[in-house]
Amino acid sequence: MTLFLTLALIVLILSLCIGLIRIFLGPTLEDRIMSVQLMGTTGVGILLILGLLLDMPASIDIALVLAMLAAISVAALTRKKAMGAKND
Amino acid sequence: MTELIAIALITVGLMFFIAGSIGLLRLPDLYSRLHALTKADNVGLGMMILGIIIISGDLLTSLKLILVWLLVLASSAASAHLIAQRARRRERGLWKP
Amino acid sequence: METLIWNLFDVLLLTALLALGWSALSTSNLRKGIALFIAFGLVLSLIWARLKAPDIALAEAAIGTGLTGALLLAALRDEESAPAETSVQEPGNRFYAYLLMLVTIILTLILGWGLIDALMNRQHPGLAYDVFAQLDQSGVSNPVTAVLLNFRAYDTFLELAVLLAAVLGIRSLNITRQPYLKAGPVLSGLTVWLVPVLILMSAYLLWVGAHAPGGAFQAGAVLAAAGVLLRLSGYPAAGLPARLLIRRAFMIIGVLVFAMIGLGLMVLGRGFLDYPVAWSGSLILLIETAATLSIATILIMAFLAGESGEPEHQEKPSC
Repeated sequence: MTLFLTLALIVLILSLCIGLIRIFLGPTLEDRIMSVQLMGTTGVGILLILGLLLDMPASIDIALVLAMLAAISVAALTRKKAMGAKND
Repeated sequence: MTELIAIALITVGLMFFIAGSIGLLRLPDLYSRLHALTKADNVGLGMMILGIIIISGDLLTSLKLILVWLLVLASSAASAHLIAQRARRRERGLWKP
Repeated sequence: METLIWNLFDVLLLTALLALGWSALSTSNLRKGIALFIAFGLVLSLIWARLKAPDIALAEAAIGTGLTGALLLAALRDEESAPAETSVQEPGNRFYAYLLMLVTIILTLILGWGLIDALMNRQHPGLAYDVFAQLDQSGVSNPVTAVLLNFRAYDTFLELAVLLAAVLGIRSLNITRQPYLKAGPVLSGLTVWLVPVLILMSAYLLWVGAHAPGGAFQAGAVLAAAGVLLRLSGYPAAGLPARLLIRRAFMIIGVLVFAMIGLGLMVLGRGFLDYPVAWSGSLILLIETAATLSIATILIMAFLAGESGEPEHQEKPSC
């Protein structure tokens, strides 16, 4: 079981590295914001499996905080100012 | 037996994850990448969390894990909407054949 | 076999971290740099969790993901609306750049020497042994909270004072930041229930810090993230109280409660911040509650950078 979970960890972090490629390449800013969101979701997965492997129940709290705040960072990158001011 | 079910669920979840990430890399259009990202990754995470719930088996932990999944689902939905809105506002990201 | 896979995992994490850090600093497009920096904070939080340091991982996840990106972007918008007049290419500034590079190289060499020395003297137990020996008398059962709020409480006191000084410096710059567009149905729908959940999570982290990873800084950062979300959704006051006097009271209450408890203990004949063992738990909880309010208010005020401006006319909310 632990061997399987460790292999799952490798698969997840390879998925994170694929998101990294997109964050370096992505021609528009929106591609980069999407990669940040991908890394957030993958990070939640990595944290939960790390919590099982390292016997760290607090990792679920970390995953909760990460899940809640991922939306805030995307909102910060995409919100527009009032009175029609551009933010780009 | 329960371990096998958990392993199967986590494997299916990982396959969805990989599919979502490769979709983010290979799809031509910003909006199709958004589809791959939000739908595939969230389903993958849900499958993985189901597997982890079967492994840990504690009631409080299972409830917390379901809460994590619901939060990721809701914030992914709102984030995807915000990203698509920003791209639409600037009228870019469409794939030109 | 398993250790091999763990090593592969560590190598991939480190490569991701270095690649993100390097490109975040070397890119010329500042918005791209900010997105890279948010990802950097995320990978750093994963590394802390891998090193079995959940308290730091919690703090890094809250501050690095939610707050840092928003703060940097607000600063970027200030810069774009009023660009600085001095250029960085003057010869005088070049000298300081080289000086800074020299200082950084020297610091890196000193840290490297310290690391090699620590790796070679593995058998020294370090301070963890002493902390666990005294843990029963500290009033809490989480060793990190015991160190932060009891054994080294003076350091935490100074950290809160540093935060206060930082926000006073920001407010003295007299910037007005433009408020954000009123949120449409989707973002409003998210904000309406995410803000109460964040407040609940912050209270949970504050309470659980006594016996599990958590504590005042993490709780304060999550609460500040709730305020940032409110401001991003178009509420200019960002959840802070309307009267300036109460805002100021919240900002100073952390340092105030800390100092009063310390001085009060001196009046009772003990040392500064020398808690009696029977009261340690309650005193620590009191200090942490005040610190949470303070940290949250300070971080939100840093994001607002001054009085919140009301828009002169409300636009139609976007989709």
